[in-house]
Amino acid sequence: MWGGDAEGGAPFVEADPADPARVRGFDVEVAERIAQGLGRRAARFVQVQWSSIDQSVERGDFTLGLSGVEDTPVRRARHAVTIPYFEFREVLAVRPADAARIHGLADLRGRRVATLGATIAYDLLVAARASTGLIPLSYDDDVHPYADLFAGRVDAVLLDHIIAQRALRRAGGSGFVILTQPVALGYYVGVLARADSVLRDSVDAVLREAMRDGTLEQIFRRWDVWDPSQGALFDRVVRTAGGAAGAARTAGTVQAIAYLPSLARAAAVTLLVSILSMLLAVIVGLALASARVYGPRWLRVATTVYVEVIRGTPLLLQLFVIYYGLAGVVRLPAFLAAVLALGLNYAAYEAEIYRGALEAVPRSQLEAARTLGLSELQILRLVRGPQALRFALAPMTNDFVALLKDSALVSVITVVELTKQTAIYATNVGSWVVPGALCAAVYLAMSLPLARLARRLERRWRPAT
Amino acid sequence: MSALLAIDRLTVRYDSRDVLRGLSLEVARGEIVALMGPSGVGKSTALRAVAALQPFDEGRIVVDGFALAPGPVPPESGLVPLRRRVGLVFQAHALFSHLCALDNVTLALRHVLGQSRSEAEEVAAKLLASLDVGTRAAAWPSQLSGGEAQRVAIARALAPNPPLLLMDEPTAALDPARRSALGATLHQLSKEGRGLLIATHDTEFARGHADRVVTL
Repeated sequence: MWGGDAEGGAPFVEADPADPARVRGFDVEVAERIAQGLGRRAARFVQVQWSSIDQSVERGDFTLGLSGVEDTPVRRARHAVTIPYFEFREVLAVRPADAARIHGLADLRGRRVATLGATIAYDLLVAARASTGLIPLSYDDDVHPYADLFAGRVDAVLLDHIIAQRALRRAGGSGFVILTQPVALGYYVGVLARADSVLRDSVDAVLREAMRDGTLEQIFRRWDVWDPSQGALFDRVVRTAGGAAGAARTAGTVQAIAYLPSLARAAAVTLLVSILSMLLAVIVGLALASARVYGPRWLRVATTVYVEVIRGTPLLLQLFVIYYGLAGVVRLPAFLAAVLALGLNYAAYEAEIYRGALEAVPRSQLEAARTLGLSELQILRLVRGPQALRFALAPMTNDFVALLKDSALVSVITVVELTKQTAIYATNVGSWVVPGALCAAVYLAMSLPLARLARRLERRWRPAT
Repeated sequence: MSALLAIDRLTVRYDSRDVLRGLSLEVARGEIVALMGPSGVGKSTALRAVAALQPFDEGRIVVDGFALAPGPVPPESGLVPLRRRVGLVFQAHALFSHLCALDNVTLALRHVLGQSRSEAEEVAAKLLASLDVGTRAAAWPSQLSGGEAQRVAIARALAPNPPLLLMDEPTAALDPARRSALGATLHQLSKEGRGLLIATHDTEFARGHADRVVTL
């Protein structure tokens, strides 16, 4: 049983267009070759998110993770890793207009450079941030970095040459160029649970055999990813019996302390996104609630439709629509898109809270205000609003705490917030224990004082019957 | 001199059932009129119609020259003269629960009459003192006893200085001592030249304190 991510797509692993229940790709065939060499009848595929392959294999969801898995020192230290079976080049893609000026990371000072999160490429960019002043952007998939390169949201993409070439083919061979000089070299490996080192040795033996008998070369040629450097890799690997053939040349061991500044920065992003979104949600929510309570019929219908549509569809979908869907009309920066999507989504919930709160103010209070000669607007401002605020306070606090956590979703549109940064951290150190605990502590540190403040306000504004 | 309040053949229907049929009455300046009758006979409805809190179906209401006609209640912008003429004390007081006693009284002074905060607070403090609740100015409505809440509610209704004061079941929550004190307050107000229309089912109170009793 082996695991990979079919969302990674061809030529690694993709759903077979002829039979979407099956997968195909060179990693699929490598897995089948390994199964055959081990005397297993068939290799059964388990779908797993790419960034979770290590954790899943350690949990025992499947035996072998194989899906463009990179050879890194951390992975070697944490898990049983096979010999490398493919050498890839980290290449830069830039827009044709920039090709004459940009030759490497050093030429990208102050520019935005996209890649897939939790990869060697991302580590390279982060390492280059200090020396070259480029701005690394982490994506959850390897398609949208190129989409945003076309769209002008980023200035370059650093990814594996296979992925870059695929993106170029999909774009019809134009729109961006791939720089010939690679930024770094890396290797794809299979990953097994740490305890499975004996099985790993067997897998290594099968891989060496497949390199010697030419079946691996045939697979790579069939998928059009063969090049002379693979032959050189095979020679090296077959000659050295066992041991690491060469982990990617990345920055050395990652220590927990090194991640603290980036976690703090990510926590600040989470807090800022949440506060700005809540502010927007409150303002829009108030307008929606007023329209629903005071507006003419058509406005009431329109706001009801808004509330139901927003509440009835996934926030994730709304994020994609605002960031990618609207890109043709208005190209919003990721941060702004995140605040807009979260704010407009929560506005629907706030609107319902405020409507309920406005309607909960006793009618006699409103009549008393009328007999005093206050105008409708004054009644809303001086009597109904302040009283409704007390009813709304507890559910609003509740919503803000929920929003704080929902803001983790905005990582899908490249905003690196607390959860995303934790995931990157966890992938790099190969464990969720310390990063997870740290992340949870930071979330609690943000939400607990809020709950306390709300309770204190509630006490002070103790509603009288 | 014409009456301060003239109700002429007032009829109110709910779902084609007559809640009030052909009520006519007048209240002069300085006069206390009790509107008597058992619960559910439409006393509150009559007061609410005069305060333009609810529509009526037939008849006519004139308050010091300002006339209300049958049909839907006009928007607040068309009722400004009426609001200056009529104060209403609700049976359950309906004090603003988010404001202290003093601010309940200053609200209309500041936001309807446009007085400054200090001006309004001076007037309100005097009113509360005259109603014997001057020491409770800083209290929240939830901290007031029934009698205190009623006197704050009277102060709130009197703050804009309306010539006509309507009261709905003012003795409902009062002990005997408080009832006679309320009677004294009403006489004081009528001496100032105000007209008072009191809806009550309390025969004894009506006989004891009203100049005239209208029975529904």
